[in-house]
Amino acid sequence: MDFSGKPVLYSYFRSSCSWRVRIALALKGIAYDQEPVNLLKDGGQQFSTEFQAVNPMQQVPALKIDGIILSQSLAIIQYLEETRPNPRLLPQDLKKRAQARMISDHIVSGIQPLQNLTFLKQVGGEKKLEWAQHYITCGFKALERILQHTAGRYCIGDEVSMADLCLVPQVYNAERFKVDLAPYPTITRINKALLELEAFQVSHPCRQPDTPAELRA
Amino acid sequence: MSTALMKPVLYSYFRSSCSWRVRIALALKGIAYDQEPVNLLKDGGQQFSTEFQAVNPMQQVPALKIDGIILSQSLAIIQYLEETRPNPRLLPQDLKKRAQARMISDHIVSGIQPLQNLTFLKQVGGEKKLEWAQHYITCGFKALERILQHTAGRYCIGDEVSMADLCLVPQVYNAERFKVDLAPYPTITRINKALLELEAFQVSHPCRQPDTPAELRA
Repeated sequence: MDFSGKPVLYSYFRSSCSWRVRIALALKGIAYDQEPVNLLKDGGQQFSTEFQAVNPMQQVPALKIDGIILSQSLAIIQYLEETRPNPRLLPQDLKKRAQARMISDHIVSGIQPLQNLTFLKQVGGEKKLEWAQHYITCGFKALERILQHTAGRYCIGDEVSMADLCLVPQVYNAERFKVDLAPYPTITRINKALLELEAFQVSHPCRQPDTPAELRA
Repeated sequence: MSTALMKPVLYSYFRSSCSWRVRIALALKGIAYDQEPVNLLKDGGQQFSTEFQAVNPMQQVPALKIDGIILSQSLAIIQYLEETRPNPRLLPQDLKKRAQARMISDHIVSGIQPLQNLTFLKQVGGEKKLEWAQHYITCGFKALERILQHTAGRYCIGDEVSMADLCLVPQVYNAERFKVDLAPYPTITRINKALLELEAFQVSHPCRQPDTPAELRA
């Protein structure tokens, strides 16, 4: 069992799934190395034979930690939570915890896969922006309603949770796809509050090792 | 507390793979519940009614009314059941195996199902539906078959039924509905067969639900 190395995160600067994990690592103060995987270059480096050996799902993020390699951002985040519990990223109260997972899953299954790179490539051409906007809008309409019941300063009351780690990268994507955020004041307010926190800033796409010069902060 | 005495209510559609995952969990844990069927096709889709929107703003099944709250998102529901009614367990005790169970579940729940579900295929429209559904299931199953080489025993994670198995069976059912050739996935096929022998996977099957149409009933 290899505990000797620092964790290694396979990440793309602009991948919202990777960003969620970068936030978790920053919040928990876990030092790690990054191996950038460029999703656009060379037909997509995630499809290389090399990376397939790291993650058969051919996606980022993947995290090499404690002698294993994990993929799927929420599986990774909950593994970090269970092995390095402080500070907590899931509420102690079981109902609030379920709500944090519910919101996370809504974003991670209900919105992101329907506007990610691989999927939009399949859609192709002019329809890309329209589809991305459609799915984000549907998802944010529902999310805004859910947050009426759960939110305080953040998605679940006043403590940062896994739901917040999913929210910020999704809002960033919404802005990239020019989605009008005016109908979602709660999402907007929470996003703003979270972006003031250091963990959300150091992990931001504009500050990564593989951020292109023109997008760097 | 009176809410604790009320039976849970599951809003479900017989053929919704997401609903089936939760039905399996409830059966495995021996939790009695009432079902409120939500027909995803009738009336333009009953999930879009004002009534149901009040139950679940996400306008999807499953939703579970339990312990005074309403939860949606199958994995959030299953993990709530796991944490409040821990026996028998649905997540491995070993934290690495637990992470693998979640990883496989998430792969199916985020990486395959949303790209072949009803709402999405309606958007795709017309002749392309079958092609797209087959494409995403095939991609997803190729990766899953490889992952399972590292994790599987009798079931997805060793020899104990876990949340990953609750996601696998309904996805294989969908693959069969979309006529995906399963020959390239012997591990998936073997595990699916073993799981379908268990009572919880049978009582919760789409062919045995209150809203199963007569022609599809077992």
